[in-house]
Amino acid sequence: MSSLKKSKLSASAVRDYFSFPLVTAAFFIITFMSSHDMLNKRMQGLLVPVCCYIVMALSLNLTVGIMGELSLGHAGFMSLGAFTGVVVSQSLIDSVPNDILRLVIAIVAGALIAAVGGFLIGLPVLRLRGDYLAIVTLAFGEIIMDIVNCLIVGHDKNGLHIIFNFKGEKTVADLNLAENGTAIIKGAQGAVGTKTIATFTAGFLIIMLTLFLVLSFIRSRTGRAVLAIRDNRIAAESMGVNVMKYKMIAFVLSTTLAGMAGALYGLNFNMISADKFNFNTSILVLVFVVLGGLGNMLGSIIAATVLYILPEALRGLADYRMLMYAIVLILVMLATNNPKVRNLFVKILPKRKSKEGAQ
Amino acid sequence: MKKLVKVIALVLCFAMIAAFAACGGNKTDDQTTTAPANPGTAEAAFKIGLIGPLTGGAAIYGNAAKYGAQIAVDEINAKGGIQFEYKAEDDEHDPEKSVNAYNTLCDWGMQVLVGPITTKPAVAVSAEAAEDRVFCLTPSASSTDVINGKDNMFQVCFTDPNQGTASADYIADNFAGKSVAVIYKNDDAYSQGIRDTFVAEAGAKGITVAYEGTFTDATATDFSVQVTAAKAANAEVVFLPMYYEPASIILKQAKDIDYAPVFFGVDGMDGILGMEGFDTTLAEGVMLLTPFSADDPKAADFVAAYQAAYGEIPNQFAADGYDAVYIIYEALQKAGCTADMSAADICEKLVAAMPTLSVNGLTGDGMTWDASGAVSKAPMAVVIKDGAYVTP
Repeated sequence: MSSLKKSKLSASAVRDYFSFPLVTAAFFIITFMSSHDMLNKRMQGLLVPVCCYIVMALSLNLTVGIMGELSLGHAGFMSLGAFTGVVVSQSLIDSVPNDILRLVIAIVAGALIAAVGGFLIGLPVLRLRGDYLAIVTLAFGEIIMDIVNCLIVGHDKNGLHIIFNFKGEKTVADLNLAENGTAIIKGAQGAVGTKTIATFTAGFLIIMLTLFLVLSFIRSRTGRAVLAIRDNRIAAESMGVNVMKYKMIAFVLSTTLAGMAGALYGLNFNMISADKFNFNTSILVLVFVVLGGLGNMLGSIIAATVLYILPEALRGLADYRMLMYAIVLILVMLATNNPKVRNLFVKILPKRKSKEGAQ
Repeated sequence: MKKLVKVIALVLCFAMIAAFAACGGNKTDDQTTTAPANPGTAEAAFKIGLIGPLTGGAAIYGNAAKYGAQIAVDEINAKGGIQFEYKAEDDEHDPEKSVNAYNTLCDWGMQVLVGPITTKPAVAVSAEAAEDRVFCLTPSASSTDVINGKDNMFQVCFTDPNQGTASADYIADNFAGKSVAVIYKNDDAYSQGIRDTFVAEAGAKGITVAYEGTFTDATATDFSVQVTAAKAANAEVVFLPMYYEPASIILKQAKDIDYAPVFFGVDGMDGILGMEGFDTTLAEGVMLLTPFSADDPKAADFVAAYQAAYGEIPNQFAADGYDAVYIIYEALQKAGCTADMSAADICEKLVAAMPTLSVNGLTGDGMTWDASGAVSKAPMAVVIKDGAYVTP
C-alpha cells in the first residue's frame, strides 16, 4: 500500500517537473520559428496573451486545485496588476528609458498591489467556505471592476494625480495636469495610449517563475499544511494547523501571480479597459483550470494554450467557431470525467505502445 | 470537494450558455467576396478588411456595418475598374480579440482596413496599424482616442466631442433659456465622452444643466429615479447621449409619470423606431442628431438593396460601412493606387490624398477630412413624427 502511494506521488512529481523542460523547449522552438519567419503575424500576436493566461491558470489552480476553494473573481486581481503596471510604466517613461527595466518594475509593482488586494479581500473572504466563498469572490471581482471604472489617473512633472469619479461628473480635465502631462487612465474609457513593452521572453520568464513558486510551494511545509486543510479541515485543525494563516498565504501568493500576469497583459496592448476583466474572463481562466485538471499544473498550461488558441485558429469557420469551441469544451469534459472513456484511454494507450514496439 | 465539483459544474453550465449566446448572430452568409472574374478592365483586386463585433452583445452594429460595406463592395465590383476583395473578421467588441482579428487580416494580405466598428477595439487596433502603416477608415468608432496621434486613422462618423458640442449648440439656438437635464451612462466611453463636451459647451453657451443622472450597464433596466429627479428639477429638455435600448425605457418611464419634456438624442438613438416591441408613439417628438435617415430619398437604392439582401431596414452603422467603402474607393482613385502596391505604400498615398477629398455619401454631403482624421460634415437634426424622421 505504502509503495503504491509512493509511486503515485512521485508520478505526479515527475509530471509537475516535466513542465519546466516542456515550457523551455516550447519557448526555444517558438523563438527559433519567429526569428526565421515561420510564424505568421496572428500567431506572433497571440504569444504574450497566451503567456498571461497560462500564468493566470497556474495562479487560479493554486486557489482552486491546491487550496480547494473556488474563486470566481480572479480576473479582478489581474485587473489590479494590469492597471498598476500601466500606471507605473507610463509614469516612469521618462525617468527609466530602458524598456526591460521598466517592464520589470511595472510587473513587480503590479504583483505587489495585487498581493495587497488579495490580502485585504482574503481577510473577510477566506473565513467563508464553499459556495459562500465563490459568491463573495464573484462580488469582489465586480467591485474591483467598478472601482477601476471610476479611476482617473494622470501624470505630469509634479507626479501622479489620482481622482475617483464616483458620482460620474469628473473628467480628465479635473486632474489639473500641468503642461505636457498625460492622462494614463481615463475612467470608463480605460487606459489609452500605453507604450507596449511586453515581450514573449518576459512572458516565458514569468511562466517559469510562477511554475517554480507554485511547485515549490506545494512541496513546502506550508504547502503540505494547505493540502491538509483542503483534504480534511477538521483533522488539520485538530493537528494545530492555523487554517486562516495558511489559506491566506496560499491566496496571497495566488493573487500576486495574477497581478504579474495582469501587468504583462496590460503592457501588451495599447488600450485596456476595466470591463475586459469581468466575470467572463474569470470563468475563462476557471475553464482552463478545470479542463486541465484541478491541481495539475502541466494540465493548466496545456489547457490554457490550446483553449486560448482554438477560437483564433477556428476563425476560418466564421459564425460556427464559438459553437465548435463549446463542443470541444463539452467533449473534453466528457472525456476527462467519464470513467468509461478513461478506461478506454487506459486500454488503448498501452496497446498502441505495444504495437509500436512490435513494429 | 463534491460540493466544489457541483458548483464548478453549475458555473461551467452558465459559461456554456454564455458561449452559445455569444454566437447569436446566426445569419450565415459569405464572409468573403472574391472579385468577379472580370468585367471590363484587367485589374487585380484590392484586399479590404473589416473588423467589428459580429457576435456578442454589440453584434447588431458590427453586422450592420459589415452588410453595408458588402453592398458597396458588390456595387463597385459590378462597375468594373477598381476591384475589391472583401473579408470581415469578428472581434466580439473586445480590444484583445480585435488585435487578433487585425493580425489575421494582415496574414490574409489586407491592404486597407475598414474598421474597427466600435471604439475600444478601434483604439487598440489603430495603434498596431499606425506601427505597421496600414490605412484605416473606421465607420463608427467615434472617440478622439481613435484618431489622436495616428496619421493613418480616419473616421466616417462624428467624434464624440463634436456630437456633444453640436447638440449643445443646437439646444442653445432652438431652446434658449430652457433648463436641461442629462442622463448618461458613466461606464461607457461613448456616452461619457459626449456628456463631457456637452456640459462644457452648455456652460459656455449659458445653458443651465438642472440635473445630471447616471447609470451603468448593470442598472440600465430601470430609470425611475433619474426620470423622477429630472421632472422634479423642472427640466424642459432631457439630453440622452446613449444607445437606443436604455433610451426606450426612459421614454416609457417618463410617459408613465406624465413627464413630457423634449427628449434630445445623438446618433446612438438611431434605430429606436426599428426596435422590436417598441411602441413608436412613445418616441413622438423625440429629436436626435443623426447623419443618416433611411427615409432620405438619396438612400432609397441602398435601403432597397439592403432590405433585399438582409431583410431589415439599414441603420446608421450600415450607412457608415457603405460610405466607408466608397470613400476608400474615391481615395484610391484620387491617389492613383494600384492593387499590386504594398499596404504601407497605399497608406502613405491615401494619408496624403484624404485631406484633398470631398465625398458625397449617405451620411453627409461634401464630407471632408483634416489631417487629424476627423470628418467634417453638417450634423442633421431630425424630429420623430408619426414614426418617421422629419426635418424640423
